[in-house]
Parts: sequence; C-alpha cells; structure tokens
Amino acid sequence: MNLEIPKKYNGVKNAALMAAKTVFRPISRKYDVEEHAYPKELDLLAAGLNGLNDGSGGAIGGASSKSDDSPEGTVRNGGNMANCINIQAMCYGDVGLLLTIPRQGLGNAAISAVANTEQKERFNKLWAAMAITEPGCGSDSSAITTTARKEGDYYVLNGEKIFITCGERADVIVVWATLDKSIGKSAIKSFVVENNSPGMDLIRVEKKLGIRASDTAAIVFTDCKVPAANLLGSPDIDIKKGFGGVMETFDNTRPFVASMANGVAEAALERTKEILADQVNLDYQTPINNVKAAEAELYRMEAEHEAARLLTLRAAWMADNRKPNSLEASICKAKAGRITTALTLKCVELCGSLGYSYKELLEKWSRDSKILDIFEGTQQIQQLIIARRLLKKSSTELK
Amino acid sequence: MKDTKNKNRNKQTDPLATSFGLLNQVLDSKIGKALNLRKLSEQLVYQGTVNGMKVAGGASRIFKGSGKKGERLDTQQPTDLFDLNYNDEQQMIRDTLLQFATQMRTVAQETDDNMTISEEIWNGFNELQLAYMQVPESMGGMIKERSTVTQMMMVETLAYGDLGQALALFSRHSVLNAIMQWGTQAQQEELVPIFLSETPELATIAVNEPNPLFSPFDLQTTAFREGDKFILKGKKNIVPLAAKSAFFLVAAKTPDKGPQLFIVDRNTAGITVSTDRAMGLSCAELAEIELNNVEVDASAQLGGDEGIKYNEFVNYCKLGWCALAVGCAQSILDYVIPYCNERQAFGEPISHRQSVAFMIADIKIELDSMRILTQRAAAKAEQGLDFEREAYLAHVMCSDKSMQIASNGVQLLGGHGFIRDYPVERWYRDLRAASIAYNGLHL
Repeated sequence: MNLEIPKKYNGVKNAALMAAKTVFRPISRKYDVEEHAYPKELDLLAAGLNGLNDGSGGAIGGASSKSDDSPEGTVRNGGNMANCINIQAMCYGDVGLLLTIPRQGLGNAAISAVANTEQKERFNKLWAAMAITEPGCGSDSSAITTTARKEGDYYVLNGEKIFITCGERADVIVVWATLDKSIGKSAIKSFVVENNSPGMDLIRVEKKLGIRASDTAAIVFTDCKVPAANLLGSPDIDIKKGFGGVMETFDNTRPFVASMANGVAEAALERTKEILADQVNLDYQTPINNVKAAEAELYRMEAEHEAARLLTLRAAWMADNRKPNSLEASICKAKAGRITTALTLKCVELCGSLGYSYKELLEKWSRDSKILDIFEGTQQIQQLIIARRLLKKSSTELK
Repeated sequence: MKDTKNKNRNKQTDPLATSFGLLNQVLDSKIGKALNLRKLSEQLVYQGTVNGMKVAGGASRIFKGSGKKGERLDTQQPTDLFDLNYNDEQQMIRDTLLQFATQMRTVAQETDDNMTISEEIWNGFNELQLAYMQVPESMGGMIKERSTVTQMMMVETLAYGDLGQALALFSRHSVLNAIMQWGTQAQQEELVPIFLSETPELATIAVNEPNPLFSPFDLQTTAFREGDKFILKGKKNIVPLAAKSAFFLVAAKTPDKGPQLFIVDRNTAGITVSTDRAMGLSCAELAEIELNNVEVDASAQLGGDEGIKYNEFVNYCKLGWCALAVGCAQSILDYVIPYCNERQAFGEPISHRQSVAFMIADIKIELDSMRILTQRAAAKAEQGLDFEREAYLAHVMCSDKSMQIASNGVQLLGGHGFIRDYPVERWYRDLRAASIAYNGLHL
C-alpha cells in the first residue's frame, strides 16, 4: 500500500504549477475585476496545452486509462490520476481561468467520452462548451424540456439553456435535448451545435459571485437546425440503457471537479500559513486542545484538505484500474466541495480584514470555491448518490 | 511475575521440545494455515532453541547482556506506485481476523456487562498467534519487513468486532511492536520469547495521566537516575489490563532526555494498581497505576541509555487509536444501514428520508476520510519515511469524526439508540476515548 504520488507525475505537476504561478496568478485579480473580459493571455497557454494533449480529451476530463499500456492484472497509475494532479496544480493558480482555457471544456470531455471516430476527428480542434441546465431544471437533468425534432438530415432544437460555462467563447456547444418528452430519460440526447448558428440567441452572460474570469452564458434556441451527424452516441431511444450514456461523462468528471476544489484549498491554506507565519507554530505534536485556536483551525483544515485530496486520488486510481468508482467519485466530490468552501471562508476569517480585502486573493478564493460545491452535482446530489448506493435504494424510493 | 518465571524455567528444562511445540503451534495456527506457511526452516527451530534458553528474569528484571540496539525489522521497499490494495498476505490475515471479529461482536454486549473478556475469546485470540506476524524470522517469528499497514489492518479489523476487546487483546502485541521497534538486544532477547510462547503474558503501555489538557509531551510522571537505577514517580490512568499485566511500558519524564519509556514489572515495590472504571472500554479493565518511588534497573529504559525517539513512539500509539476508531466507525455504518432500511415511520423505511439518508452518507464520507489518512501515515511509516505530520492529521481527523459518527449512530436509532440492548450506545462510550487515549496501542 502506498499513497504517495508517483514520481512519474512530477513533470505534469511541475508544468501545471509553473502555468499556475506565472500565467494564472499574475492575472487572477485582473479578470476577477474585469468580469466578462476575455483573458487573451490564455491563448498562448492553450496552444501549448494542445501540443501536450493531442489525442486526449483535454484538461478537464478527456484523458482516460485507455492510453495506459501497463499489462492486465497489474496496478496502474494512469491518465485519470494525471488529470487530477494537473487540475489541482492549475487551480492552485486560478480555477476561473482554468475553466476558460480554450478547448479544455466539459464539452470536450463529453465529445471525448461518447463521440464516434468520425465525430472525434471533426470536433477535435474545437472548443466545446456543455449546455444541460435550464431555467426550470438544475440538478434534475432528466427533466429537461429542450426538444430536438428530426427533420430530414437535421434535428431542430427549441428551448432555453442557462449556466453554460464558456457558452459565449466556445466554438461549439454540446446541447442536451429530448427527442420525446413523454418517454423520459432515455430520450435525452446530446447534440454538437456550432456557436452562433441561426436560431441561437445569446441572451445573457451572467454576473457571478466568483469564477468571474469564466463566462457563463444563457442561450435560447428557436428552431435551430443541427446536422443529424452531430448527435453524439446512438440516435435510437433505448429504454433499457436510457440515461446511462449521457451521465457517463459525470462519473468521469467528478474527481476532476474535486481536484479543482483541492487546488483552491491548497492555495488558500498555503497563503494563510504564510500570512500567519509569525503568529503560529505548527509542530504536529502538541495535542490539538493545547494549541492556539488559530493553530487548531489550521490543523483541522489541513487534515480535511489532505483527506479530500487523497479521496480524489482514490477515485482516479479506481478509474485508472477500471474499477467501478461511482460511489468513490461522489464521495470525493462531496468531501472536496464541502471542505473547500468552509476552508477558504475560514482562511479569510483567520487573516481578518486583510483576508477580506482585495489586497489578498483569499476573499476571491472563498467566492470561487462556492461553485465547486454546486456544479457537476451539488453537495446534496452527491449525498443522494452516496446514500442510494449504501442503502441500495432507487431514485423513486429515496427521492 | 512468578508464573512467568516458572514457565520460563520449564522452557529451560526442555528448550528443544518447546521450540518444536512452538513450530507446531505456528503451523496449526489459523494465521499459519491461512498463509500456508510451511516455509519455517530448521534455522527457526535453532533460533527458537537459543531464544528459549536465554529466557530468564531476575526479581527486579535486569536486562543483562548487550545494551546495544536490538534487531530491527527491515523497512518496506519504497514503491513508486500509488496503490490502495492490500497484498495477498494482508488479505488473508484480514479474512481470518474478520471471522474472529464476528465472534467478538456476538459476545460484545455480555463482555461489556461482565467487564472482562471471556476465556473463549482469549483462547480464540491466542490461537491466531499474531505475535508471529510481528517478530522477524531470525528471532523465531515469521516476517522480515515491518508492516505498519498490516498492524493497522489487524487493529482495525479487531475493532470492527469490538473496540474494547480489540484494545485489550492487542495491548500485549503493541508492547511487542514497541520492543521490536525500540528495544535493546538484551530487552528483545528476554521479552520477545514471552510473546511467542503458548500462553503469552499480558503487557500494556501506560502513557496517559489523570490531568486535564493532558499532553504526552508534558508528563508529570518522572524518572530520575540514581546510580544504576531509575526512580519512577507519578500516576498513570485508564491503562488497559494493568492489573493482569506482567509488565508495563511506562512513559516518564527524564531530566536529560525528556519523556522516555521504562519496562516496569507489575510486582515491583511501590506500584499500586487500582480499578479505574470509565465511560466505556469496560472489558479492557482500565486501571490506575500509581508509581511511588518505584526502582527499576537502568537497563529497563526502553532502548537502553540512548533511549528512544519518543515523539515517534507517540505517533505509533496515535495510529493505533486511529485504527481502532476506523474499525469501530465502520461497524456503526454497517449497523445503521440495515436498521434504517428496516425501521418504519410514516408508512415507509426511515432511510427514504433525506435527513436520515444524508446522515448515513456523511458517516461514509468521514469514515473514508479517517481511514485514508490513517492508511497514508501507516504506509509512510513502514517505508521508513517521516510520518509525524501524517500521523498528527490522521489523529485529528479520527478524533473529530469518530465521535461525530458515534453520536449520529445513536441519533439514527432514536430512543433505541439510548438503550443498552442496542450496540450504538456502547460505541458512543467507547469512541469517546479515541481522541483522549494514547495507552495500550502501538502499531
């Protein structure tokens, strides 16, 4: 048993940390203040990343164990773990900026997970956003009302999508729509729609609590025509298989979102220790009830952060070893989401008015972190998934 | 101590017979069978013989012979692979111990009521012969490398059966771990065979003192050197099995080396052992040890004149308590799941309510957090890496979360949780000790 990060990931980690420190941090406050301004500094970074990632699906979720060539039956440390390490290091820089790196979006992850070979080739070089949420449905993505009607070689989309990360900036948007509302989950399909197609209206770019560097768009589709070849996966409605296909993406990506939270937590904890360096002494010996209150807080936060980080690596390790990890993926997302919000807020508190001021990034990280306990499945959705698994309950029994 | 001496003398009369007896015992033991260990060589028989003859003990236990560093188990080869699997051997030990834990669970309530562990459990446990998994082949055991992960897994699995019993059962193995890790050659030669014998003596570790805001690094118990003796003075409490133990490892502050450990015979003049009933852990027969100018030979300082790395010793104690907490918390999770699925309210199982289901999800999340931090610290320890920070963080996590889990365990059963017919109130009482106690355990 060993829970240390293998040396082979040092390269990935160091490159990401370098980008975090030299590209993200210097512009972190700038794009927090200038919400909706495009961080052009990222174009160069994206070009570099494209070279690195060719063939894999991008920083936020594409790479899988497929690329690992270690023999069957042995333990693997593969692409999922590499991604977690990479994302945590990048988000140690800035999570908002990571989310808006061109061609590294959740849509790219979806394409990489479910597209056929022809589609992968066609969409490979594009920046893909993902549109699931609607004004009337958030966590309950099976309730979406956007429709896709087949007309010849096209599907015609109608409906409104909100909370689309990179919805303004991306080249294409992966839109979830139903072929037949009366059938339910299994009729939901995803479509790759070219941004600014006729029938597509960008109605709003949201102003937000945090991750302001990342654009969050609302788009209305009115008789928007999409080539039938842009439907991802099978066009048939398979009632047995149903929702599994589209949800697959999320099993893969929860550890990556947990890694984002781990990166923000790492940054906040490290900075808080620096600021408090003259006022606290952490000897990792004195019992926690015999140390200063601030020291006790730091110990507890460090323990929680380490647990979240290791639980995330566990989920990634399982994916790399092709063990079903839906439960563990939800556990790491729930843990990282909840502790990072609490941790970053406590760091602001410990640093007092300095922590609250724009002079430090602590207050920004505590705003950024809140979304990490919401998107890709809220804390409560993760708890539901975990509880249903443990209690062996269906979604109709445990609602 | 007299009994030990007699037994030891018996051994001396026929050391070879004893060695063969030991060998057969090992091969017959459940663990031995599980591991299919037929690899014990003639060398082991020889070693057993030598060790058997060396067993001796004066009235005040003087460790004659070399005060040099004793035999140390090798550290595990560092690996560069992130791997959460137990190896095959660990898996087999775990399966065997799980069966035994089931037995422990069955009798847990009556054991708690009787405030002592039954003979059946002791016999069953002794049959497992876990000591052979702690001692190197060269000294009559079965292993080459130290495995803190294995030790952690053993304690966790026993505690899954019952925390109080696990503490008591493992206390002598903890002393053995400490002697393997820190003892001088002479200390090991005298004490290790005691643990490998057919009916091993009990022994226990005493660190805690009855002081508020107690810290193991700020001891009131003192050890002053006078000639070739140390004079120990002070009070230890909540020490498991103290009254029944042949000897203790007592933590005391020395003037020049800070806190150190001393091997103290139960029957040494100046020692008073009295019952120290507490909130839980009743079957571990907690006791207070008063040391009133107790004289021990200078050779009884653990690790000899050089002493030991006391902070590291404490880290191993803490990891032991983390492992106990993890095992017990797992038993709570596994208990509340079927309970909440079966318990009906308002026409459906209470587990259909999010307020109930989410508490169970949270137990799982925090239990996994406790376990993974403890595993990481243990894995670093066995690779010979510095694990002080990891042990500290694991202890913080296990302290906070295990109590929270135990409290929620009682809460989920409502009024029934408060009644002694159900085990959750016992787990609540037992787990309160997890953040307080350092006694009894050393991985």
